[in-house]
Amino acid sequence: MDDPHHGRVGAAVHEVTRARGGVLRLAPALTVAVFLLPIGAGLIGTALPAFGYLPAIGGRAFGIAPWRELFASPGIATAVRTTVVTGIAATLVSVALALGFCAVAHGRRWTRRIGGMLAPILATPHAAVAIGFAFVVAPSGWIARALSPWLTGWALPPDIATVGHASGWPLVLCLVAKETPYLILMIAGALHQVPAARHLGIARMLGYGVTEAWLKVILPQIYPQIRLPILAVLAFSLSVVDVALILGPSNPPTLAVLAVRWFGDADIANYFPGAAAACLLFAIVVGAMMAWVALEHAGEAVGRRWIARGTRSGAASIGARAAFAMTIALCAGSALAIVGMSIWSFAAQWRFPDALPGSLTLGNWSRLWASLAVPVATTLALALAATLIALLLVVCCLENESRTHRRAGDRALWILYVPLLVPQIAFLFGAQVLLVSTGLDGTFGAVVWAHLIFVLPYLFLSLADPWRALDPRYARSATSLGATPLELLLRIKLPLLMGPVLIACAVAFAVSVGQYLPTLFAGSGRVATLTTDAVTLSAGADRRVIGVYALLQAALPCCAYLLAVALPAWRMAHRRARWT
Amino acid sequence: MSGSMRRTSVPPGPEARAGLTLRGVRIAIRAHVLIPALDLDIGPGECVTIMGRSGAGKSTLLAYIAGTMEPAFSAAGQVAIDGVDVTGLAPEQRRIGILFQDDLLFPHLSVGENLAFGLPASLRGIPARREAVERALAEAELAGFARRDPATLSGGQRARVALMRTLLAAPRALLLDEPFNKLDAQLRHDFRRFVFDHATERGLPILLVTHDVADATAAGGRTMTLEA
Repeated sequence: MDDPHHGRVGAAVHEVTRARGGVLRLAPALTVAVFLLPIGAGLIGTALPAFGYLPAIGGRAFGIAPWRELFASPGIATAVRTTVVTGIAATLVSVALALGFCAVAHGRRWTRRIGGMLAPILATPHAAVAIGFAFVVAPSGWIARALSPWLTGWALPPDIATVGHASGWPLVLCLVAKETPYLILMIAGALHQVPAARHLGIARMLGYGVTEAWLKVILPQIYPQIRLPILAVLAFSLSVVDVALILGPSNPPTLAVLAVRWFGDADIANYFPGAAAACLLFAIVVGAMMAWVALEHAGEAVGRRWIARGTRSGAASIGARAAFAMTIALCAGSALAIVGMSIWSFAAQWRFPDALPGSLTLGNWSRLWASLAVPVATTLALALAATLIALLLVVCCLENESRTHRRAGDRALWILYVPLLVPQIAFLFGAQVLLVSTGLDGTFGAVVWAHLIFVLPYLFLSLADPWRALDPRYARSATSLGATPLELLLRIKLPLLMGPVLIACAVAFAVSVGQYLPTLFAGSGRVATLTTDAVTLSAGADRRVIGVYALLQAALPCCAYLLAVALPAWRMAHRRARWT
Repeated sequence: MSGSMRRTSVPPGPEARAGLTLRGVRIAIRAHVLIPALDLDIGPGECVTIMGRSGAGKSTLLAYIAGTMEPAFSAAGQVAIDGVDVTGLAPEQRRIGILFQDDLLFPHLSVGENLAFGLPASLRGIPARREAVERALAEAELAGFARRDPATLSGGQRARVALMRTLLAAPRALLLDEPFNKLDAQLRHDFRRFVFDHATERGLPILLVTHDVADATAAGGRTMTLEA
């Protein structure tokens, strides 16, 4: 270590680092600006019209007229109630199911591959899952078909409300089916940060069953790490638009859908109550988060007393087992939903109450091929552009982190979550107003930027942990062999991290493919992707057509994910082959 | 005084207390046999020490007795406590206490809550449970520490809390997996005394695994060596 040569190399490397660090040092600020600026500006741009100010369409007088109009509109109370009830119910059920599932599944062998097992459900866009669920639960849907006519006696679809039911239960069901796997994945990630196996072992020696021990010993330790994801689920469930359009009540709809309707109205005077509705939704989300934090405190107090009582009764494990079974059932439901739509896309005719179509055909696909080309190409181009830009920014941020030895702290994590915590509708309208005033609305670049807002955090969150966990000795030994920091990045770090980088890109790609509202607003309705088309069609087009869109929508992200898994494996096999 | 409290504090009659018994315990990993066949009787209040290098299968033997062995190992043989075969039972049903090198106190609970976690639920009522916790703390010379965060305790204090937590669960045997290793010389000596005094006072059969001869000498009982 006293080798003087080594010291000189070290000093030289340090100098290079300092020189090169200049550009990299801008990366975090630039990345944060990419998504915080449009959100901040968009929030202001939505808040001003909510108080009457939107000069572009003649609103110059500040006042509360938009709010009066909002609260005077028919069904507004119902809309607010439906929004709050469905959003909170979906969050509570998702959290309960995810926790119960993890408590029961912990330590079982197959859970080592839980990420891969959940990937298809996570990668499939919300809209595609919602379209599939609509078919499963509709009066003319798969469940009714499976039970008819032998059990129900129905020869025609019954006249009952399921999809669009005023209570919003299909919306809650679909949200739970989609958010529970997400939370499970977040919990699985958090588990790496506590000595779970040893703590569970000691709790078992003290007489606790695994499930009860998990809830009492592991959950309190990982909760701080899954708190932000839970709040993101809460915000998403309260403000979701595409799923609510497909499965939610229609008259009155949820608040977010109401705002979108007003923003899409031919009468531009409706922008004002629309902006007020968007702001009200923002307030509801903030209020719900505060209520959640209060609930956490109450839960902690109750939990401490529960733990101190020392009960080993296992009552909790019965509930957890029920949650486990329900989670499996919901995942199966999601899979069925996608399979159902896939079958529709190949159905020649599928009469009620047949459980399967009478004959299959490629006709739906060949008929739609011409009209599919543009949305498929647009979807791919948007997703690739957003993913590559986000990857560049994230790698620069992480590389800057490792060169300056300063890791982004807790506050940075909150900033990353801002796009996932702020309801989309609360800032997208304002952002659109800004885009229109600069003439950028409807351009490819504007839509890519809108996607970046959501792609960036997900890409960062999936790449940061593996990046930070990379053994620093690889870098040190490469540096001592004379590699410059850039060579180190390109020839050592990125190849070593190829697997995680590809997975993070697949996640980013899936996030982009699934975007509905950002595409709609930044594209001013002129940029059509698979998702925007599918949501529009879901309102009443032929199920065979919807099936084609839903299947394509689900297939693109799943292919990206498969590619991300297969490429490193193929490369490894190739390398082994060369050695022998 | 309630009947349930009696059950936890008064040992059963001598006829029921045969201690810890191992019959034909064999442990292997793949084709490699770590322990060919082990028969062992440890009476109430007796301590047996098993010595061996790391990798000899000491910790795996304890994990087998406790029921928490990794599935990578294969094992056979009978484990009985006070004459009752527990080999088929889940770890949480065996009522075997274990102490490791690390104290494994739960960081999200206070010292008192950690102890209450060990106390059986049959001791009901907040005042009675609090009193039991306070008594245990006083025994560990940690009176008044109930509300403290475990992270604020010294290594020796944490080790004593870990033992009290184990003993409050009223185990019928105590396994020691090199619990003295991480403590410095003086603490090690004190904590050894503390463990053996409390365990023998409760008439627990003790099985200690270690690679430190001083541990074996301090334990004072029979010593066996694993050759692997």
